[in-house]
Parts: sequence; structure tokens; C-alpha cells
Amino acid sequence: MLEHLPALQVAITLTAAPVIMMLGRAARLAWLLTTLSCWASFAVALLLFNQVADGSVISYEMGGWAPPWGIEYSIDAANAWVLLIIGLISALVMPFARRSVEQEISESRIALFYSAFLLANAGLIGITLTADAFNIFVFFEISALASYALIAMGQDRRAVLSAYQYLIMGTVGTTFLLIGIGFLYIMTGTLNLGDLAARLPEVSDTRTIRAAFGFIAVGISLKLALFPLHLWLPNAYTYAPSMVTVFLSATATKVAIYVLLRFVYGVFGYEFSFLELSMGWLLMPLAVLGIVVPSLVAVFQTNVKRLLAYSSVAQVGYMILGISFASMLGLTASILHLFNHAITKAALFMAVGCLVYRLGGVSLSQLAGAGQRMPWTMGAFVIAGLSLIGVPLTAGFVTKWHLLQAALEGGMWPIAVLLLGTSLLAALYIWKVVESAYFREPEDSTEVIREAPLGLLLPTLLLTASTVVFGVLGHFTVESARTAASALMGGGSP
Amino acid sequence: MSDSMLIALPLAVPLIGLLLIVASGRVDWLRDGFTVATAVAMFTAVLQLLPKVSAGERPRLELFELLPGLGITFEIEPLGMVFAMLASGLWILTALYAIGYMRGAKEKHHTRFHAFFAVALFSATGIAFAGNMFTLFVFYEVLTLSTYPLVAHKGTDAARAGARTYLGLLLGTSVAFLLLATLLTWWLAGTLDFTPGGIMTGRVDPVHGSILLLLFMYGIGKAALMPFHRWLPAAMVAPTPVSALLHAVAVVKAGVFTVLKVTVYLFGLDYLAELATSEVVLYIAVFTLLAASLVALRQDNLKARLAYSTVSQLSYIVVGAMLVNQIAALGGSLHIVMHAFGKITLFFCAGAIYVATKKTEISDMDGLGRRMPITFAAFFLGALCVIGIPPMGGVWSKWHLMMGAFDAGYGLVVSALMISTLLNIGYLIPPVVRAFLLPPKDGGGGVREAPFLCVLPLSLTALGCLALFFLAENLAAVLSGMFSATPAL
Repeated sequence: MLEHLPALQVAITLTAAPVIMMLGRAARLAWLLTTLSCWASFAVALLLFNQVADGSVISYEMGGWAPPWGIEYSIDAANAWVLLIIGLISALVMPFARRSVEQEISESRIALFYSAFLLANAGLIGITLTADAFNIFVFFEISALASYALIAMGQDRRAVLSAYQYLIMGTVGTTFLLIGIGFLYIMTGTLNLGDLAARLPEVSDTRTIRAAFGFIAVGISLKLALFPLHLWLPNAYTYAPSMVTVFLSATATKVAIYVLLRFVYGVFGYEFSFLELSMGWLLMPLAVLGIVVPSLVAVFQTNVKRLLAYSSVAQVGYMILGISFASMLGLTASILHLFNHAITKAALFMAVGCLVYRLGGVSLSQLAGAGQRMPWTMGAFVIAGLSLIGVPLTAGFVTKWHLLQAALEGGMWPIAVLLLGTSLLAALYIWKVVESAYFREPEDSTEVIREAPLGLLLPTLLLTASTVVFGVLGHFTVESARTAASALMGGGSP
Repeated sequence: MSDSMLIALPLAVPLIGLLLIVASGRVDWLRDGFTVATAVAMFTAVLQLLPKVSAGERPRLELFELLPGLGITFEIEPLGMVFAMLASGLWILTALYAIGYMRGAKEKHHTRFHAFFAVALFSATGIAFAGNMFTLFVFYEVLTLSTYPLVAHKGTDAARAGARTYLGLLLGTSVAFLLLATLLTWWLAGTLDFTPGGIMTGRVDPVHGSILLLLFMYGIGKAALMPFHRWLPAAMVAPTPVSALLHAVAVVKAGVFTVLKVTVYLFGLDYLAELATSEVVLYIAVFTLLAASLVALRQDNLKARLAYSTVSQLSYIVVGAMLVNQIAALGGSLHIVMHAFGKITLFFCAGAIYVATKKTEISDMDGLGRRMPITFAAFFLGALCVIGIPPMGGVWSKWHLMMGAFDAGYGLVVSALMISTLLNIGYLIPPVVRAFLLPPKDGGGGVREAPFLCVLPLSLTALGCLALFFLAENLAAVLSGMFSATPAL
């Protein structure tokens, strides 16, 4: 049983999806099954993580076909870490989803909704697990197609348009990825990532391979919303149903970043990517712009969901910045931030989901008085917001501390100063929300608005608490991130 | 009791007090009672540490480690001991005063007020006890955040605007400069522990050290070095007890305390002397000291005048640190205490005048002295202490500072201190003179002393100024322990 865990990880969600679709109108049952499969897949993720935490690697031959002919699932500390994030977030988002989805999605579509959600989930898990380049593309498409459907189910009519926007950009991205993989296949005759890494050095000095690198890097950058390829993200996050925003913001871009890391370090290798093609110098300006510009844009947003969406683009910038230092410390900081940002942003979007549930919307003017009316929700928002800013004793600080150190190690003082400056921008946009929730009188003060229901509130508080726990006990996450980083670096570390 | 218990207790008491205050929020007398009881309990708890610290011990408590070598750690040394005693001791009087003031001036939201006061004192103690720069930074930020609601207390547009300046400047400087300085120190020196003699020697070359010093001095916005001093006058929109305890004692003294702590325990005086920028900071401080005094002369609003006076007096302490010798540093440390007693008295008086007459401008206070003799007599004593005239405590700190400046050979600094003393007289004595000697403008009918709970604390702090004249030697003996590289066991 235990040796089949990798297959189980993706199989659980992938098989549950069509079953739930066939349930038709039984909304409650659909929710229950989805929850159970998410929890099961979280449990599997935990088991897998536990097995590879010491730095070992699990290789699983799909269908008994040995690689490089068959499809191989390969799990090391790096993708187990990402699997853990996906598992954790999906397990926590499900209790939150029940009432939130019942309110935002019409009942006849709920089973379809959960089915699409499971497909998106399975896609992300598959991308993370597989050690086969073409398989990565396939799972990317599975998760992307399901995500388009999920976003389009948002209440606002603009949701359809933003799903379409995402579809165009996302398809361009995966197509680029496919072209790149195709080039690699032409030159090496293999699709297995490990095999590719072994064969590439012979042919790496060709234009085809450089073009393949370019296509893959740009394609994935579109998926991970690297500035200026981020244009699909703010709309998609703003208009998607609350639960979808929570899930996607915490997992989708993270998985794409993981794939980028896998290709850059695991397939092309440190030497080729950073020394020959100076990827670091290519990524750094984009990362810096990607932090500064969206942060500035976020300051001027009046819709809290959109504000947080722009902040997500900026946070992707932080992760890319860590990669661009091309150092062990920088990579560790990035991998650390995958997790820390996932729990922080999920907590924030959940709090927003609670607000939407009671207030119907989250423009700054609608929030007036929410501090008194929904004290727990707003309290969670403030604490998770502090983590987003990077205040000490929160998860965000642990990342920022490592990122700053990586900058100093690389001798880049201006970047360190810039990082602190952008924390102030984050403080500014979180402050805007706090000020209107706590210090503005609501327009209609007679209206009775109660705290969000427990089902929504508990997961929110749990995630918020975890931002503090992982801020105080940084050892665990830092150690895991370091193991993951050295797993990715392999032999080719600087 | 074990060391860790002794340290944990003063930190735990205000938090327990906070819970009690919030829980009893609906019953006025009970809540006010808890406030005073918490203050008394906290002061008692802090005092338990004194015998050990004056015997040369350094009680230590490691709460938890965030990352290897970087954690929340407390270690009590003489300077922190004195600062904690000062803040918690004066809290007792301020708590009494606040009850009288908040009722007399008919302010609202008493529970929120007393609750955040407890949090502020908790974080001030955390700063005082911090065993490394990281711990200090964490509590420094908590102090900023917890005092924001106190500054914005009235909820008017003016209060909110003032509070925004307050939060923006303090948070901005601390994140942009202080955090950066802390991180660079960690990166260059490999540790953030406060160590007698400093951690920089031999680890950080003087060029980096010079930059670090500037970052630290401007990062500690609470020390109000120009041009980052604007938050302090802005904070005067707060109710007077806040201005008295927080913006004359806890918050601003947390700033200069951090300055002293950084110079003595991170840089070390010997290392500091090698840095090119220590002289730069010295002159910035001298400039602040004179400029703020000049601005204070021109303020008609009593609290604004006192605020600029505080900006000026804080720079005395920074000067004390930057003269890089032990006498001056000792003078700076003494001035933390002396100025605290003097300035809290002055603020208490300003608040008492406001409660009794609703007057805030000095030009309206003519002739009030005859109606409120105790208040104005206390004001006079407090003013003498801030100016530094015998027989007040303030004379000793200024004496040490002047001696330090002489020793270091800075004639300019000595003369600046002299001129500033004259300016102090120029802006602190006229309000008293006008109140006692000029005839009242509007006949002054019906004005009486403020409520007993306001008058008692201000009389006690005024007497405290007097007592410090005689106690200064004991205080100096405790404080000089901070220069000994190895604690005498």
C-alpha cells in the first residue's frame, strides 16, 4: 500500500471528480465527498512528506513501466513540500467552502463546481508529482481548464470575461511550454526529467536548446504571473467565487513557480541557466519591477479582493527575486515563501470570503464599521495582514529575514533597502483596509450584521493562527525549505 | 524565586491586568481599581529584580528561538533595570492621575484607554529587559502600535491626523532604517546579543560601522532626532495622561534608552570613538537640542511647548551617548530618570489646568497661580528640574554631561549645553511667572484646583524631583554597573 502512495495522491482526487459530477443535484453529498477526498489527499501528502523529509527520493513507475519509457513519478523534499501546501490548503478550504459556495453558486451547479474544483486540485497535484515533461503539460491543462470553469462561475458577470482572459493567457503559456518541451524531445529523444538532465549537456550548446529554455521560461512565467505577464491574475482573483480565490491564490502560482525551479535547476541545471544564460540578471529586474509596481497599484485599489490580488503579484515578485540571487540562501527564501505566503494569503482571502458572506461585497466603503460588527474576521485579517507586511513573529517575517540575508550575501544592498521600502507599501495598503473597517462609521448604522458563521470563521482563524505559529517556530519551515532547496540544487549547487 | 520567574512576572502582570480591565469594563470603579492594582503589582514585581542586578548579576530568560541564534531573550542589566523601574513606578501615579483626568475632562472609552495603557507598559518593559536587538525591535514595534489608539483616542479628525503622522513616522523609520540596521548587524557581526563592550569590534570594519550608526540613530525614531521629530508634537492630540507617561517617559525614553543600549552594548564606546559618523550624530543632536528649544520658545500652547522641550531634552541623552566617554554616557542615563520626573510633573500640571479651566494656551493662564497654587508650585519645581537647577535632580545629569563634554574636549558642546539651559529658563519659567504675578484676564472667578486624584500625583512627582537630588548618587552607582565588561559576582 505505502509504495503506491504517489499514484494514490493524484488518483484520489482525479477519480472522485467524475463521481461527484454524476451526483447531479445532491449538493450536500457532493461537498461531503469532495471534503473527504481532499482530506485523504492531504493525509497522503503528509505521509509522502514524512518519507522524504530526510532528503531521500521516492521513484514510482506508473503502471510498472520503467523510466525513461514509462511515466515516472518522482518525489523529493522539494515537491513533497509543494504537495503539502496543496493538501493543507485544500483540506482547510473545504469546511470553509460549504456555506460560502451555497451562497455564491446556484444549487444546480454545485456538484459541477466541486467536480471542477477536484480536477483543478488533481491537476496541480499531478504537475507537482510527475517527472515527465509531457505529463507536466497535460496536468497543467487539466488544472487550467478546470480553473477557467471555476472562475467563470463567479457571481459577477465580469467573471466570465476574466475567465476568458485567463484562458487566452493561460493557453499561450502552456503552448509555449509545449513547444519548449517539444524542442527538448527533438534534441534528446526523452521526456523524463532525470533523463533529460543527463542528456542535455551534450547538446546544450545549440540554438534549439536555448530556444527551448526561452519558451519554457516564458510559458511558465505566464502561468506564475511574473510581471509583466500578470495581467490575467487581478481580474481572475477578483471575480472568482471566494473559495476559488482562496484555493488558487494559495496554490496555482506556487505550483508554477515549483515547475520553473524544477526546469531551471533539475533539468537545465545551475550552470546552464545561471552562468551561461545569466537567468539571474534576467529575472532580477522583472522581480524588482514586479514587487514595486503592483504594490503601488494595490495602494490605490478600492476593492479589497483586487487589492490583495495585486499584492499576490508583488509576492510572486519576492519569490522570483529569491531565485534570481542564484544562491542557496535565495532559493531557500523562495521555497520558504511558497509556504508562508500560501498560508498568509489564504487566511486573508478567507477573511475576505467571510466579509463577502455577510456584507455582500468588499469595497472599502462597504467595510465601514466591520471592525465592530465582525471582530473575529477583522482580527484575523489584521493578523494575517501583519504577516503579509512581514512583521516580526509572523510567517512573513521569517521569509523576509531570509530574503534580506540573501540580498546582503549577494552584495546587493540596494535590493535590501528596496525590500524594506516595499514592506512599507504593504503596510500602507493593509492600513487602508484597517482604517475603513475600524475608524469609519457605517452608512446605515441600524442594520444588524453578525459575525460570519462558524464554518467560515474556524478555518480562517486556524490559518491565521498558523501564520503566527510558523512565525514563532520558524525552525520547521526553514529546515524543510533548506532540504527542499538542496534537493533541487542536487549536485549543481554554486 | 528563580531568575526566569522573576523576569516573567513583570511582563505577565500587565497582560493579566489587561484581561481584568477588559473583563470589568462595564463597572467603572472595579476597572479603575484593577488599573491601579496592576500598576502597583507591576512595580513591585520589577523591584524584586533590583537586589540581584545591583549585586552585579544579570538574570536571563530565553523564551524561544525563532531561528538558530535569533530569539526572544531577556537579560536584565542596570540601564534596563532603571528604565523598567521608572516606567512602572510612574505608571502608578499616572494611573491615579488618569482616573481623575478622564473623569474630570469627561473623556469617553475609558476601558479601551486603560487597556492599551497596560499593553504600552508591557512593551516598554519588554524593551527594558530585551537581551538582544531583535527582542528589542519586536517590543519597540508593539509599543508603537499599542500607543496608536491612545493618540487617536478622541476620534476627531485632528486626533486621527495627528495619530497618522505618529504611526507613519515611527513605523516608517523603524522598518526602513532600524530593521535594516538590525539585519546588517546580524549579517556582519553574526549576533545581536547585547554584550558589555559591544559586539562590533573586530567584526565590522569602521566604514560599515559608520553607516550602521546613522541607520540606528535615524531608525530609532522615538529618540526624535531632527528631522524625524514631527511625531512627538503630533502626539499631543492625545489625552494628557498619555502625553505625560508615554510621551514624556515610556515611549520617548524607550527611544533614547535604545540609543544608549545600542551605543553601549552593540557598538561599545571604544569602537564608537573610531567611527567617522559618531561626531556627525553628535552635531545633529546638538542642533536638535538648540533648534527645538528655540521652537519651544515660540509655542503658546502649553503642551506643544512641553513637547518641543522634550525633543530638545532627548537630544541631551543622544549627546551623552555620542560623546563616547563613560561620564557622558552615565549623564545621559541619569537624564532619562531626571527628565522623566521633571517632564511628567509639567504634563500633569498642564492636564490639571485643562481639567480645572479647559485652558490650553499659556497666554490665557495669567493669574491662575493664585487659584491653583499647588499645581503651579509643582510646575515650578518640575521646570527647575528640567532646567537643571539645584536642589533638583536634573542638576546631576547635566553636570555629568558637561563634565563628559569637557573631558572629550568639545568646547562647542559645552557652550551649546549652556545656551540651551538659558533657553530652558526662557520657555519654562514665564508660564509660572505669569500665573503668579500677572492679574487674571477674566477675573478668574470660580476656578479651583483640579480633582484630588489629579493634584496628588503631580505633587508627588514634584517632590520626587527634589528627592532625586539626594538619591542621584545611589542611582549613579547602580547605573555604572553597565560599563563593567564582566559582571562582578
